[in-house]
Amino acid sequence: MKNERIPSAKEKDYQRRVNERMPKSKTLSQCIRAFVSGGIICCIGQLIHDFAKLTLNYSESNVAAFTAIVLVFIGATLTGVGIYDKIGAWAGAGSVVPITGFANSIVSPAMEFKREGYVLGLGAKLFSIAGPVLVYGISASVIVGIITCLITGRF
Amino acid sequence: MRTKCKGKSTVFFADPPRIISGGTIVGDVEAQGPLGGYFDIALEDDTWGEDTWEKAERKMFEHAVRTALEKGGLTPMQVDILLGGDLLNQIISANFAARELEIPFLGLYGACSTMAEGMLIGSMLIDGGFADRVACAASSHFSTAERQYRLPLEMGSQAVPTSQRTVTGAGCALLSGSGCADKGSLSNVCIAGGVIGRVVDLGITDAANMGAAMAPAAADTLKRHLFDTGRTVEDYDLIITGDLGSFGSELFLMLLNDAGIDAGTRHLDCGNIIFSAEQNAVCGGSGCGCSAVTMNGYILPRMDAGEYERILFMATGALMSPTAGLQGESIPGIAHGVVIERR
Repeated sequence: MKNERIPSAKEKDYQRRVNERMPKSKTLSQCIRAFVSGGIICCIGQLIHDFAKLTLNYSESNVAAFTAIVLVFIGATLTGVGIYDKIGAWAGAGSVVPITGFANSIVSPAMEFKREGYVLGLGAKLFSIAGPVLVYGISASVIVGIITCLITGRF
Repeated sequence: MRTKCKGKSTVFFADPPRIISGGTIVGDVEAQGPLGGYFDIALEDDTWGEDTWEKAERKMFEHAVRTALEKGGLTPMQVDILLGGDLLNQIISANFAARELEIPFLGLYGACSTMAEGMLIGSMLIDGGFADRVACAASSHFSTAERQYRLPLEMGSQAVPTSQRTVTGAGCALLSGSGCADKGSLSNVCIAGGVIGRVVDLGITDAANMGAAMAPAAADTLKRHLFDTGRTVEDYDLIITGDLGSFGSELFLMLLNDAGIDAGTRHLDCGNIIFSAEQNAVCGGSGCGCSAVTMNGYILPRMDAGEYERILFMATGALMSPTAGLQGESIPGIAHGVVIERR
């Protein structure tokens, strides 16, 4: 027989009161911060994009790759010197969602688990945070690709 | 035979063991906090010259014990039993420190309630005639706890409004039977009794809201102790909880209020006093080290000087596991109490 735990009335009452009294996140100010900081990161990205396109005269596909590479480099460097976590504490989703946040989520476990060795520490933990994003991001893109093929009839 | 019990779960010692000294070590952030001046050793950097934070934590554990021994005028050879634990898997800080100290060792895991658990068991061992001197220690470290329980330190994420900051600190209380004429830094405090906590779980699943997970256990322990002894909150100068934090304290007082107990004026939470509001600890401090350093560095010396006559120290532990948490389990809480008197 399955050992199931049925919540008592006392438990439910306590949880309700905890939720009522709990200090709440300041959603509005956090949204504004995320909007401003995320916007600034995107503007920096646009500057890099324009620099590659207008000054370096890269082709359209190279411009996109160049911009991503530079932003990942900046995110990784700021993580390495211990600044990105401070930006993240203020910016929230504003610094998590852009590609710099992706760099942060890979470099931070790499730094931390280096002490457990390069293979079972750094290597194994590198994608501990970004891994699920990659798994489901790539899975979703495959599904979208198949649907597109079926709808448009182009294989 | 149950000769030293009162009611269902409170114990009183026939010959109360004395607390003869306490040793404390804290990290740099704790040293800058309001209690910074009360600790024996304050680290400038939280690795303490070691390669890893784990090594730093075990070194802190070991040196907290050594400091307590020094202040008690004893050597490790003179101590019969070392009791202690920490928050890391397999309580590695305590195990490795015990390897260096070479004192017969019983490892404890009570999450953040370890300090009170150690003092309670240590007193039982002394009063039971199994030891003359027992060292009780506990440690926690912000950086080791974060990487085991949460996210990498350099990961840029926001603190939840109910979160608490793990205290980097290690504390040790040295207990001595009344038969030993040890003269330590404390001369008037003894452990008169205690109450063993029950695991209480009211279904809180949020690992960033540990105060809410632990508050029911603390309220349960206090209620049972008062029921067992027929005492009231007024019989104590202070009711000290370990690391409920500001929100957990509010819930603790709310639950007591439901039972008709008003502990508001006498309640003090170690997590609420170890950091100042500017230190970004959100709801306050947590971890085994929180109550261990606050009790041994701040409360007990003040009590020894005559500020309080009788206190109830209840360290609170959130018995959470990352694995159980991922499987959707709630966080069980526990709180052990020790009655400390000035004699």
